[in-house]
Amino acid sequence: MTIDWAQFTPWHSLIGGALIGLAASLLVLFNGRIAGVSGILSGIMQSGGAERWRWAFVVGLLTAPLLTSIGLALPQAAPVVPVPFSFSALASLLAAGFLVGLGTYLAKGCTSGHGVCGLARLSRRSLVAVLTFMTSAFVTVFLLRHVLGGGV
Amino acid sequence: MKNVFSAFIVGLIFGIGLLVSGMSNPQKVLGFLDLAGNWDPSLALVMVGAIGVAAIGFALARRRSQTLLNEPMPPLPAANSPVDRRLVIGSVLFGIGWGIAGFCPGPVLVALGLAFWPAVPVLIAMLAGFWVGVRRY
Repeated sequence: MTIDWAQFTPWHSLIGGALIGLAASLLVLFNGRIAGVSGILSGIMQSGGAERWRWAFVVGLLTAPLLTSIGLALPQAAPVVPVPFSFSALASLLAAGFLVGLGTYLAKGCTSGHGVCGLARLSRRSLVAVLTFMTSAFVTVFLLRHVLGGGV
Repeated sequence: MKNVFSAFIVGLIFGIGLLVSGMSNPQKVLGFLDLAGNWDPSLALVMVGAIGVAAIGFALARRRSQTLLNEPMPPLPAANSPVDRRLVIGSVLFGIGWGIAGFCPGPVLVALGLAFWPAVPVLIAMLAGFWVGVRRY
Protein backbone atom coordinates (compact mmCIF):
# COMPACT_ATOMS: atom_id res chain seq x y z
CA MET A 1 0.00 0.00 0.00
CA THR A 2 1.12 3.52 -0.79
CA ILE A 3 -0.70 6.67 0.28
CA ASP A 4 -1.98 8.88 -2.52
CA TRP A 5 -1.06 12.24 -0.96
CA ALA A 6 -1.96 14.13 -4.15
CA GLN A 7 -5.61 13.07 -3.83
CA PHE A 8 -5.81 13.23 -0.02
CA THR A 9 -8.25 15.96 1.07
CA PRO A 10 -8.35 15.68 4.87
CA TRP A 11 -10.04 19.00 5.69
CA HIS A 12 -12.62 18.93 2.92
CA SER A 13 -13.50 15.35 3.78
CA LEU A 14 -13.75 16.06 7.50
CA ILE A 15 -15.89 19.18 6.97
CA GLY A 16 -18.07 17.48 4.33
CA GLY A 17 -18.50 14.56 6.71
CA ALA A 18 -19.51 16.95 9.49
CA LEU A 19 -22.16 18.45 7.16
CA ILE A 20 -23.50 14.93 6.50
CA GLY A 21 -23.61 14.37 10.27
CA LEU A 22 -25.37 17.71 10.72
CA ALA A 23 -27.97 16.71 8.13
CA ALA A 24 -28.55 13.38 9.91
CA SER A 25 -28.92 15.22 13.23
CA LEU A 26 -31.42 17.73 11.82
CA LEU A 27 -33.55 15.01 10.21
CA VAL A 28 -33.88 13.05 13.42
CA LEU A 29 -34.51 16.17 15.53
CA PHE A 30 -37.02 17.84 13.17
CA ASN A 31 -38.62 14.84 11.47
CA GLY A 32 -37.81 11.94 13.80
CA ARG A 33 -36.39 10.07 10.82
CA ILE A 34 -33.17 8.28 9.99
CA ALA A 35 -31.19 9.94 7.17
CA GLY A 36 -30.57 6.74 5.26
CA VAL A 37 -30.71 7.39 1.54
CA SER A 38 -31.53 3.81 0.51
CA GLY A 39 -34.35 3.67 3.06
CA ILE A 40 -35.74 7.04 2.02
CA LEU A 41 -35.74 5.99 -1.65
CA SER A 42 -37.14 2.48 -1.20
CA GLY A 43 -39.70 3.99 1.20
CA ILE A 44 -41.04 6.08 -1.68
CA MET A 45 -41.83 2.83 -3.52
CA GLN A 46 -43.27 1.12 -0.44
CA SER A 47 -45.54 4.02 0.43
CA GLY A 48 -46.61 4.53 -3.17
CA GLY A 49 -45.03 7.99 -3.11
CA ALA A 50 -47.47 9.28 -0.48
CA GLU A 51 -44.93 10.56 2.05
CA ARG A 52 -43.94 13.94 0.75
CA TRP A 53 -40.99 14.51 3.09
CA ARG A 54 -39.18 11.68 1.25
CA TRP A 55 -39.54 13.46 -2.09
CA ALA A 56 -38.43 16.74 -0.50
CA PHE A 57 -35.22 15.12 0.78
CA VAL A 58 -34.49 13.74 -2.71
CA VAL A 59 -35.13 17.14 -4.31
CA GLY A 60 -32.70 18.67 -1.78
CA LEU A 61 -30.02 16.14 -2.75
CA LEU A 62 -30.56 16.85 -6.45
CA THR A 63 -30.40 20.62 -5.82
CA ALA A 64 -27.06 20.53 -3.98
CA PRO A 65 -24.80 20.36 -7.05
CA LEU A 66 -26.60 23.36 -8.58
CA LEU A 67 -25.77 25.46 -5.51
CA THR A 68 -22.12 24.52 -5.39
CA SER A 69 -21.70 25.20 -9.11
CA ILE A 70 -22.50 28.87 -8.48
CA GLY A 71 -19.31 29.77 -6.73
CA LEU A 72 -17.62 27.04 -4.73
CA ALA A 73 -14.63 25.44 -6.38
CA LEU A 74 -14.57 21.83 -5.27
CA PRO A 75 -12.09 19.90 -7.40
CA GLN A 76 -12.65 16.72 -5.39
CA ALA A 77 -16.43 16.76 -5.89
CA ALA A 78 -16.57 15.62 -9.50
CA PRO A 79 -14.88 12.75 -11.35
CA VAL A 80 -11.78 13.93 -13.21
CA VAL A 81 -11.19 11.03 -15.58
CA PRO A 82 -13.82 10.91 -18.33
CA VAL A 83 -15.48 7.52 -18.70
CA PRO A 84 -15.94 6.77 -22.41
CA PHE A 85 -19.23 5.10 -23.23
CA SER A 86 -19.01 1.40 -23.98
CA PHE A 87 -21.45 -1.47 -23.67
CA SER A 88 -19.17 -3.30 -21.25
CA ALA A 89 -19.01 -0.21 -19.01
CA LEU A 90 -22.79 0.11 -19.26
CA ALA A 91 -23.26 -3.55 -18.27
CA SER A 92 -20.94 -3.13 -15.26
CA LEU A 93 -22.76 0.02 -14.14
CA LEU A 94 -26.17 -1.64 -14.46
CA ALA A 95 -24.97 -4.65 -12.46
CA ALA A 96 -23.43 -2.37 -9.84
CA GLY A 97 -26.58 -0.30 -9.45
CA PHE A 98 -28.81 -3.37 -9.17
CA LEU A 99 -26.59 -4.90 -6.47
CA VAL A 100 -26.56 -1.59 -4.55
CA GLY A 101 -30.37 -1.35 -4.72
CA LEU A 102 -31.22 -4.94 -3.82
CA GLY A 103 -28.38 -5.25 -1.29
CA THR A 104 -29.25 -2.11 0.66
CA TYR A 105 -32.93 -3.06 0.58
CA LEU A 106 -32.19 -6.47 2.11
CA ALA A 107 -29.77 -5.00 4.65
CA LYS A 108 -32.18 -2.13 5.40
CA GLY A 109 -29.46 0.47 5.04
CA CYS A 110 -26.38 1.73 3.23
CA THR A 111 -23.39 3.95 3.96
CA SER A 112 -25.67 6.66 5.40
CA GLY A 113 -28.31 4.63 7.27
CA HIS A 114 -25.95 2.04 8.77
CA GLY A 115 -22.59 3.77 8.27
CA VAL A 116 -23.43 7.20 9.67
CA CYS A 117 -26.71 7.00 11.61
CA GLY A 118 -26.34 3.40 12.82
CA LEU A 119 -22.77 3.75 14.04
CA ALA A 120 -23.56 7.14 15.60
CA ARG A 121 -26.18 5.46 17.81
CA LEU A 122 -24.05 2.39 18.48
CA SER A 123 -26.30 -0.11 16.71
CA ARG A 124 -24.84 -3.61 16.69
CA ARG A 125 -26.70 -4.49 13.49
CA SER A 126 -25.23 -1.44 11.77
CA LEU A 127 -21.71 -2.33 12.91
CA VAL A 128 -22.09 -5.79 11.37
CA ALA A 129 -23.52 -4.25 8.17
CA VAL A 130 -20.69 -1.71 7.87
CA LEU A 131 -17.91 -4.26 8.50
CA THR A 132 -19.56 -6.57 5.95
CA PHE A 133 -20.07 -4.07 3.14
CA MET A 134 -16.65 -2.46 3.64
CA THR A 135 -14.93 -5.85 3.46
CA SER A 136 -17.03 -6.83 0.46
CA ALA A 137 -16.16 -3.56 -1.33
CA PHE A 138 -12.42 -3.79 -0.52
CA VAL A 139 -12.32 -7.36 -1.85
CA THR A 140 -14.32 -6.43 -4.98
CA VAL A 141 -11.97 -3.54 -5.84
CA PHE A 142 -8.93 -5.71 -5.16
CA LEU A 143 -10.21 -8.44 -7.48
CA LEU A 144 -11.24 -6.02 -10.23
CA ARG A 145 -8.07 -3.90 -10.19
CA HIS A 146 -5.30 -6.26 -9.15
CA VAL A 147 -6.44 -9.76 -10.10
CA LEU A 148 -8.72 -9.43 -13.11
CA GLY A 149 -7.40 -6.05 -14.26
CA GLY A 150 -9.63 -3.22 -15.37
CA GLY A 151 -12.89 -2.28 -13.67
CA VAL A 152 -15.01 0.78 -14.36
CA MET B 1 -45.84 20.98 5.42
CA LYS B 2 -43.06 22.07 7.80
CA ASN B 3 -41.69 18.52 7.81
CA VAL B 4 -41.50 18.66 4.01
CA PHE B 5 -39.50 21.90 4.13
CA SER B 6 -37.13 20.58 6.81
CA ALA B 7 -36.55 17.40 4.78
CA PHE B 8 -35.67 19.53 1.74
CA ILE B 9 -33.13 21.57 3.73
CA VAL B 10 -31.67 18.38 5.20
CA GLY B 11 -31.34 16.85 1.70
CA LEU B 12 -29.59 20.00 0.54
CA ILE B 13 -27.09 20.02 3.44
CA PHE B 14 -26.55 16.28 2.99
CA GLY B 15 -25.85 16.77 -0.72
CA ILE B 16 -23.43 19.65 -0.08
CA GLY B 17 -21.67 17.42 2.46
CA LEU B 18 -21.31 14.68 -0.17
CA LEU B 19 -19.84 17.20 -2.64
CA VAL B 20 -17.45 18.91 -0.20
CA SER B 21 -16.22 15.59 1.20
CA GLY B 22 -15.57 14.01 -2.21
CA MET B 23 -18.10 11.21 -1.70
CA SER B 24 -19.93 12.40 -4.82
CA ASN B 25 -16.88 11.44 -6.89
CA PRO B 26 -16.92 7.67 -7.50
CA GLN B 27 -13.30 7.78 -8.67
CA LYS B 28 -12.30 9.17 -5.25
CA VAL B 29 -14.44 6.53 -3.55
CA LEU B 30 -12.69 3.77 -5.52
CA GLY B 31 -9.35 5.35 -4.60
CA PHE B 32 -10.34 4.82 -0.96
CA LEU B 33 -11.57 1.27 -1.56
CA ASP B 34 -8.33 0.32 -3.36
CA LEU B 35 -6.22 -0.59 -0.34
CA ALA B 36 -3.61 -2.40 -2.43
CA GLY B 37 -3.14 0.47 -4.87
CA ASN B 38 -2.33 4.14 -4.41
CA TRP B 39 -4.61 4.60 -1.40
CA ASP B 40 -6.57 7.82 -0.74
CA PRO B 41 -7.55 7.75 2.97
CA SER B 42 -9.88 10.80 2.69
CA LEU B 43 -13.14 8.92 3.08
CA ALA B 44 -12.16 7.57 6.49
CA LEU B 45 -12.27 11.21 7.61
CA VAL B 46 -15.75 11.62 6.10
CA MET B 47 -16.92 8.86 8.40
CA VAL B 48 -15.15 10.41 11.41
CA GLY B 49 -16.77 13.82 10.79
CA ALA B 50 -20.19 12.42 10.01
CA ILE B 51 -20.41 9.95 12.89
CA GLY B 52 -18.97 12.46 15.36
CA VAL B 53 -21.61 15.09 14.61
CA ALA B 54 -24.50 12.62 14.14
CA ALA B 55 -23.74 11.06 17.55
CA ILE B 56 -24.58 14.43 19.15
CA GLY B 57 -27.84 14.68 17.17
CA PHE B 58 -28.96 11.18 18.12
CA ALA B 59 -27.98 11.71 21.77
CA LEU B 60 -30.18 14.84 21.82
CA ALA B 61 -33.02 13.08 19.98
CA ARG B 62 -33.01 10.14 22.37
CA ARG B 63 -33.99 12.42 25.27
CA ARG B 64 -36.95 13.90 23.42
CA SER B 65 -40.50 12.56 23.20
CA GLN B 66 -41.39 15.19 20.59
CA THR B 67 -39.60 16.40 17.47
CA LEU B 68 -38.65 20.07 17.13
CA LEU B 69 -41.81 20.39 14.99
CA ASN B 70 -43.88 19.20 18.00
CA GLU B 71 -44.81 15.86 16.49
CA PRO B 72 -44.45 12.70 18.58
CA MET B 73 -40.91 11.30 18.14
CA PRO B 74 -41.31 7.98 16.29
CA PRO B 75 -39.43 5.05 17.84
CA LEU B 76 -36.00 4.62 16.24
CA PRO B 77 -35.05 1.11 15.09
CA ALA B 78 -33.81 -0.95 18.04
CA ALA B 79 -30.02 -0.75 18.17
CA ASN B 80 -29.62 -4.22 19.65
CA SER B 81 -32.00 -6.17 17.42
CA PRO B 82 -30.56 -9.46 16.19
CA VAL B 83 -28.20 -9.76 13.27
CA ASP B 84 -29.78 -11.97 10.64
CA ARG B 85 -28.64 -13.62 7.43
CA ARG B 86 -30.53 -11.10 5.36
CA LEU B 87 -28.50 -8.23 6.83
CA VAL B 88 -25.22 -9.96 6.00
CA ILE B 89 -26.21 -11.15 2.50
CA GLY B 90 -27.62 -7.72 1.64
CA SER B 91 -24.45 -6.00 2.85
CA VAL B 92 -22.24 -8.37 0.84
CA LEU B 93 -24.26 -7.60 -2.32
CA PHE B 94 -24.17 -3.87 -1.62
CA GLY B 95 -20.38 -3.98 -1.12
CA ILE B 96 -19.88 -5.74 -4.46
CA GLY B 97 -21.98 -3.14 -6.27
CA TRP B 98 -20.25 -0.28 -4.44
CA GLY B 99 -16.84 -1.73 -5.31
CA ILE B 100 -17.68 -2.09 -9.02
CA ALA B 101 -18.82 1.48 -9.67
CA GLY B 102 -17.91 3.52 -6.55
CA PHE B 103 -21.51 4.68 -6.14
CA CYS B 104 -23.59 4.28 -2.99
CA PRO B 105 -27.21 5.57 -2.97
CA GLY B 106 -26.75 9.23 -1.95
CA PRO B 107 -23.90 10.09 -4.32
CA VAL B 108 -25.78 8.60 -7.29
CA LEU B 109 -28.38 11.36 -6.98
CA VAL B 110 -25.81 14.10 -6.46
CA ALA B 111 -23.68 12.89 -9.39
CA LEU B 112 -26.71 13.27 -11.68
CA GLY B 113 -26.36 17.01 -11.10
CA LEU B 114 -22.67 16.82 -12.02
CA ALA B 115 -23.65 15.51 -15.47
CA PHE B 116 -21.57 12.34 -14.99
CA TRP B 117 -23.24 9.84 -17.32
CA PRO B 118 -22.43 6.64 -15.35
CA ALA B 119 -24.78 7.92 -12.62
CA VAL B 120 -27.75 7.43 -14.96
CA PRO B 121 -27.51 3.64 -15.53
CA VAL B 122 -26.49 3.13 -11.88
CA LEU B 123 -29.57 5.05 -10.69
CA ILE B 124 -31.96 3.20 -13.00
CA ALA B 125 -30.57 -0.20 -12.01
CA MET B 126 -30.55 0.76 -8.31
CA LEU B 127 -34.24 1.69 -8.47
CA ALA B 128 -34.86 -1.66 -10.19
CA GLY B 129 -32.98 -3.35 -7.33
CA PHE B 130 -35.20 -1.59 -4.74
CA TRP B 131 -38.26 -2.56 -6.75
CA VAL B 132 -37.31 -6.24 -6.83
CA GLY B 133 -36.64 -6.04 -3.09
CA VAL B 134 -39.97 -4.38 -2.33
CA ARG B 135 -41.89 -6.84 -4.51
CA ARG B 136 -40.16 -10.09 -3.59
CA TYR B 137 -38.77 -9.73 -0.07
